[in-house]
Amino acid sequence: MSQNPPIRVLLTKIGLDGHDRGYRLVAAALRDAGMEVILTGPWMSAAAVVNIAVQEDVDVIGISSLSFDHLLIPGLMARLKSDGPENVIVIVGGIVPDEDVPLLIDAGVAAVFPPGSSLKDLVVFLREKVSADRNPDVAGAEIAAEEAIHD
Amino acid sequence: MIDEPKCATKQEAWELEFAASASGKKRVNRSGIELKPIYTPDDWDASRFDANVGYPGQEPYARGIYPAMYLGQDWSRRMLIGFGTPEDFNRRQREMLASGTTAVNFIPCNSVFRGYDIDEVDPLLVGTCGTAVNTLDDMRIALDGIDLGNASIGMNDPSPFTLFAFVLLLAEERGTPWAALRGTSNQSDYISHFVANHMFYRLSLDGARRVLRDHILFVNRHAPRWNPLSIVGQHMQQAGATPAQALGFTLSSALYYVDQCCQAGLPIDDFVYRFTFFFDVSISLFEEVAKFRAGRRLWSRLLKERFGARNPRSLRFKFHAQTSGVDLTRQQPLNNIARVALQGMAAILGGMQSLHTDAYDEALATPSEETARIAIMTQNILAEETGLTDVIDPLGGAWYIESLTDEMEDKALEVIHRVDALGGMFEAVRSGYVQRVIGESARQFQARVESGEQTVVGVNKYRLPDHLDRAKPIPRPDPEAVNRQYDRLRRYKSNRSQSALERGLDDLSRTAEDPAANVYSAVIDAIRRGATHGEVVGRLRRDLGFGQPLHVP
Repeated sequence: MSQNPPIRVLLTKIGLDGHDRGYRLVAAALRDAGMEVILTGPWMSAAAVVNIAVQEDVDVIGISSLSFDHLLIPGLMARLKSDGPENVIVIVGGIVPDEDVPLLIDAGVAAVFPPGSSLKDLVVFLREKVSADRNPDVAGAEIAAEEAIHD
Repeated sequence: MIDEPKCATKQEAWELEFAASASGKKRVNRSGIELKPIYTPDDWDASRFDANVGYPGQEPYARGIYPAMYLGQDWSRRMLIGFGTPEDFNRRQREMLASGTTAVNFIPCNSVFRGYDIDEVDPLLVGTCGTAVNTLDDMRIALDGIDLGNASIGMNDPSPFTLFAFVLLLAEERGTPWAALRGTSNQSDYISHFVANHMFYRLSLDGARRVLRDHILFVNRHAPRWNPLSIVGQHMQQAGATPAQALGFTLSSALYYVDQCCQAGLPIDDFVYRFTFFFDVSISLFEEVAKFRAGRRLWSRLLKERFGARNPRSLRFKFHAQTSGVDLTRQQPLNNIARVALQGMAAILGGMQSLHTDAYDEALATPSEETARIAIMTQNILAEETGLTDVIDPLGGAWYIESLTDEMEDKALEVIHRVDALGGMFEAVRSGYVQRVIGESARQFQARVESGEQTVVGVNKYRLPDHLDRAKPIPRPDPEAVNRQYDRLRRYKSNRSQSALERGLDDLSRTAEDPAANVYSAVIDAIRRGATHGEVVGRLRRDLGFGQPLHVP
């Protein structure tokens, strides 16, 4: 485990919406899977999200969106590229119209998890992504090790 | 001759046969009540008919709040309309009135919900969800040609109730007496927003408490047919509370609001008949019916026991129901039409007074015209084709329903007693207790979905390949229409008297500082002198505190 510090995740909401059932469930699932989760309140600005990401040295930023707040994500990604930590993985969860998914992926979002996504799949996805980022050469081996630890 | 087990009764015989062929899996409803495989006269004491069931329009109100229920008066068939500009709203509302909806239901855009004018938020978010209404001018357009004295108006309008202030001023302009206005200040229950829907949470808890008290006092005096408060169980159930918890917490909130009004000097029977409720109705049909029957019983009893209410009007548990969005799926969205029909049926069998049926795409966005029409036609089918409304409380007297109603009542009462022990709902939410209970229930439900114990068709079972499961594109606001909105707001701001505006806002501040004065009167006056929605909310946020939800890390 010492070679494998826990994955650190910032979960946040930007824009105007305030529905929080989704990202609270995600926070609980990621903590149960051994990750360290920083959960913010709603209505965060892009600048605040980037600041927290830097200060907390997170591996992952998860943005929960409903009712079109996802439209602010490309702007947030641009700010993250200039001021944020390197290699941070950004994922989006919630209601994003299918036709807007490419907009987010093109901006650098790693994946969009729509309603009905499985929390188990999300945990697996993050472990694989973070492993690959931390050590691109032995990513496969690390995944196997992590799975063994958590199963 | 073969020896067969000798059973003394038919019941014992059935029990043996059942045990031999049933799966043995325990059935537990969403509220955590373990269900028996069958209910019999043993499960319900028929001698308690008068005390526990009785007749509609009479205590204990289990069967309905009016003697004739739907045989006397149809429920209000409501549709959510919210998209783009006031002109769009007006056109859609008139069309919906023509196609069977009997009420106006106004939902503003998210920037308005957050308490801002459109020029205060990121332009990317303007007009994407509800209608952008910032000024009296905007509301004049939105309600053009709609007879304010002859419609039931649902305003989705959190504290400090600026949209209702627009309606009051518009009525004044048109010569419609305020006493003729009928409708409800929906989203007036700030406790529910603090707990479970932060988008509507604008002012601090203490500030919101003050404004709501003054709003109720004002409406009680000046617009006596308007319902100033709708206590919302919907947000909590959507956030994960079980149906029984949602009922218990909502009644606890209601008891708190009643107490506040009594402390402000209103006699109980002079105001409480204008309180209404707003509940989620999930697809767990029997449980929802039992929830509503239990709710009627509890409300009338608690008002009598705790506040000495006497007038039968006070004891009626009037509620609006909205079919649950959480039950809808993004996957195979047309399946949602079937879900909504069933939820709507539960609401009818539960005896609601007003119903919103979700559009099948409501899990994705604010409904389109076509999907909104299907939702209202679903209500028309339920109301007029099925015979569902031919008999009052048709499930009453079923051993299962009566037993379940008793159990839901007990569960909700347990919740109320726990909240009482914490010092009432205001303290129970300030301490985070309610939020933790709801979060835990949400996690348990999610675990049941993840494990497959709770089937969600198209999500954890009967899935389709992605290419067969594409959602239709969501309509976007017309950029030109949005630009016209900006222009209109700019014109509005430059055409008003700056000094009158400043006087209005300063009076608002002075009133806010004086706890004996009515701050809602000052809200109306500030708008009369030209203040916009965002300016009023902004000023009260400064004076009474910004609404920051409790951070549960």
